Amino acid sequence: MKGTEWELPRQDVCGKEWKLLALYSSQALHAVEVESSSSIPMVVLKVFFPSCCSSAESGLLVGHWIPEQNSAVILAVVHFPFIPVQVKQYLSEVRQVTQVNVSVLGTWSNCKKKEESLSEFLEDLGTIFSHEPWIQLCKETDSKFWSCSIIQKHPSTPKEDEIILVYYDQRKVMLSHLHPPGNLTNSTDHKAEDASKLAILFDTVAKSKVLFMKDRYDDGPIKLTHWQSEGVEASIIVELMKQASIPVCMLLTFLLSFVSSVCKSRVLKFWPLCFIWSKLSTCEQLGHRLEHLQVISSNRKAQNQPQLMRKANIFVSLLADVALGILLMSWLYRKNRIGHLADTLIPVADHVAKELQDLLQWLMGVPAGLKMNRALDQVLGRFFLYHIHLWISYIHLMSPFIEMILWYVGLSACLGLTVALSILSDIIALLTFHIYCFYVYGARLYCLKIYGLSSLWRLFRGKKWNVLRQRVDSCSYDLDQLFIGTLLFTILLFLLPTTALYYLVFTLLRLLVVVVQGLIHLLVDLIDSLPLYSILLRLCRSYRLAAGVKFRVLEQKTGKPLRLLMQINPLSYGSVVQTYRLPTYSCYPKDSWGSLCKKLFLGELIYPWKHKGEKQD
Amino acid sequence: MEEREDCIALQCRQYSASCREFSVRCQPVQLRSLSAATCSVWLAAYWLFVLTQNSMVLSAAIFITLIGLIVYLHFVKIDQESLLVIASLGIQMTSSYASGKENTTFIEMSRVKDVVINEAIYMQKVIYYLCILLRDPLDPQSVSEVVPLFQSSKPRLDCLVEVYRSCQEILEQRKTVSQTL
Repeated sequence: MKGTEWELPRQDVCGKEWKLLALYSSQALHAVEVESSSSIPMVVLKVFFPSCCSSAESGLLVGHWIPEQNSAVILAVVHFPFIPVQVKQYLSEVRQVTQVNVSVLGTWSNCKKKEESLSEFLEDLGTIFSHEPWIQLCKETDSKFWSCSIIQKHPSTPKEDEIILVYYDQRKVMLSHLHPPGNLTNSTDHKAEDASKLAILFDTVAKSKVLFMKDRYDDGPIKLTHWQSEGVEASIIVELMKQASIPVCMLLTFLLSFVSSVCKSRVLKFWPLCFIWSKLSTCEQLGHRLEHLQVISSNRKAQNQPQLMRKANIFVSLLADVALGILLMSWLYRKNRIGHLADTLIPVADHVAKELQDLLQWLMGVPAGLKMNRALDQVLGRFFLYHIHLWISYIHLMSPFIEMILWYVGLSACLGLTVALSILSDIIALLTFHIYCFYVYGARLYCLKIYGLSSLWRLFRGKKWNVLRQRVDSCSYDLDQLFIGTLLFTILLFLLPTTALYYLVFTLLRLLVVVVQGLIHLLVDLIDSLPLYSILLRLCRSYRLAAGVKFRVLEQKTGKPLRLLMQINPLSYGSVVQTYRLPTYSCYPKDSWGSLCKKLFLGELIYPWKHKGEKQD
Repeated sequence: MEEREDCIALQCRQYSASCREFSVRCQPVQLRSLSAATCSVWLAAYWLFVLTQNSMVLSAAIFITLIGLIVYLHFVKIDQESLLVIASLGIQMTSSYASGKENTTFIEMSRVKDVVINEAIYMQKVIYYLCILLRDPLDPQSVSEVVPLFQSSKPRLDCLVEVYRSCQEILEQRKTVSQTL
């Protein structure tokens, strides 16, 4: 390519200084000048050619012509010798099966040098298989550049055709799934002309699977070349697994129906039991996994790509979960770590109780220099201390059985790492039950106090809350009502700091426990929802998940059509995770920060985690 | 012609009457700044080592330098940004990083409404950037998205005007084609 280089003078405008190297081919410059003067519109014809057919012998081009986009998608090459009637019959069969308008689009010649007789023969073929326009691709064996000519019988307007040759990898385009950008997926009720042109191309190739069953080594009247020409691709392992999966699925479905009937039986639905089941996160997780197993073991084939990916993701995720769980189990049971864990559990519980007792002693004294009301302080402190004493006795009562319980509970880690983590979260909840109780007592006392104070404050100002009208009204009180009201108000007000301090301390402890549990649940959620199969697919076979395509301009020669290589642009990891995330029974915070703070201030009990399916209270 | 090394270079190529490519090459990674960054990190690490007498600090500094360099070359430093315009297919934007990684986005011609130069007020000055306006599928007259081009190399207005003129010539072809069909 000849070119001209020049440098433009730099102007003093903000931005980086730049120099210009412009290379324009001289022919194109001439063409540009001609164009601007004559204004003859150029019609561009695009030919999508599979790169596997580049070395095929001469024959007929078979494919799909898309008139709206003025493009021809070549799917295969039919070789000589053939009988035209049989070719037409075969193509009409393929059209019926695939619903794709497959037809003969032109000729392909791959020879050492141009032969006059061959070119005449090829032109005659144009009269047998009439197609408008008739494409003639010609390749000389040693040259990279092909020549392409279009024959139009009835040119509607006198126009110059520009031809663009786009090479595509047929196997990759057939196997890949196109993910349109987010805003286009919502408009599903639009006509085909609005649909992406690339989607049509991918669709055409994917639907023409039947065409790729026969190839040139078959003993039939039609000899085709396409991406399966080197031999039909299949994997023995995949086929064996497909055959074996049917009885396995049936067995699994039977087992699962048995298990779910047991779970739904009325024995387990009595009041105390069903309350416990709903509070334990282990049961939620087990139920979730049961649902997943039911999805995998169902006999219906996946209808479309998202369903197939979902099934595959659930399967791989379950496998990884169970593998990690077994790994954890083998680590725990080696060197009697379970025994060590059980031995350290009681001293840890004792230590926590002792710390709590020290804390209460501190609160009963002069905490942080604040002066408490001695009587109330002593009452509350002694009440909580007695509670801790009860709790410690209970733990000591259970201590001989702890090791055995832990040993059997640890066995359930083989069901998966998520189950083990849920059990851990439940154990933490059970061990810190006394902190929860203290929080509830402190919160209730504080809440009562606040409500009492607000009501008596209204009385102090001579107002009352009208329940019927849901507003504050003025009210005239009797003298004795006012007297008692003011007295109570004063008492409550001066006892407020003590109660508030106890409430603050226990709320902070409870929030600490909630944060720890929340982190464990986040981890469980992450393992549950991560689409492992999709990520592995993106890593190993990135062409299966396509975000779009990218074009590369190949070497050009003047006079020959423009050559482009179309490659698949894979989806980014972030979009893969976002598109194929598995839905979970996600625990997300019920309250926004503002309402949480308000609840804390008023002393209302907070339940930070809400599970899907729980009624709003 | 004096060729300055610290300026960006614009290259326009025409492959055919309806296909043009514009690439802007940024400044390459300077050895000076790399050595300065490495030396400062290692000096700080050595000073910490003298204070704490812990050799982990030195290994950590080497590790940080290596990881930081790899992350910078692979995710931060853009070497070249190019725009390929094919009148009947679409517009493709490619950014190539210093480590060789290429990030490509292809927008089909049916989604492109126009290519314009936008002005923006940034602090106390006005900057110009070239951008592609995308059509809203529901309402063909309105613009649904604006895709800015040449974000890292940030060429000047006169450079942008060159690219703009070239792009408009190509885009006009598709309008005349659609009018005749």
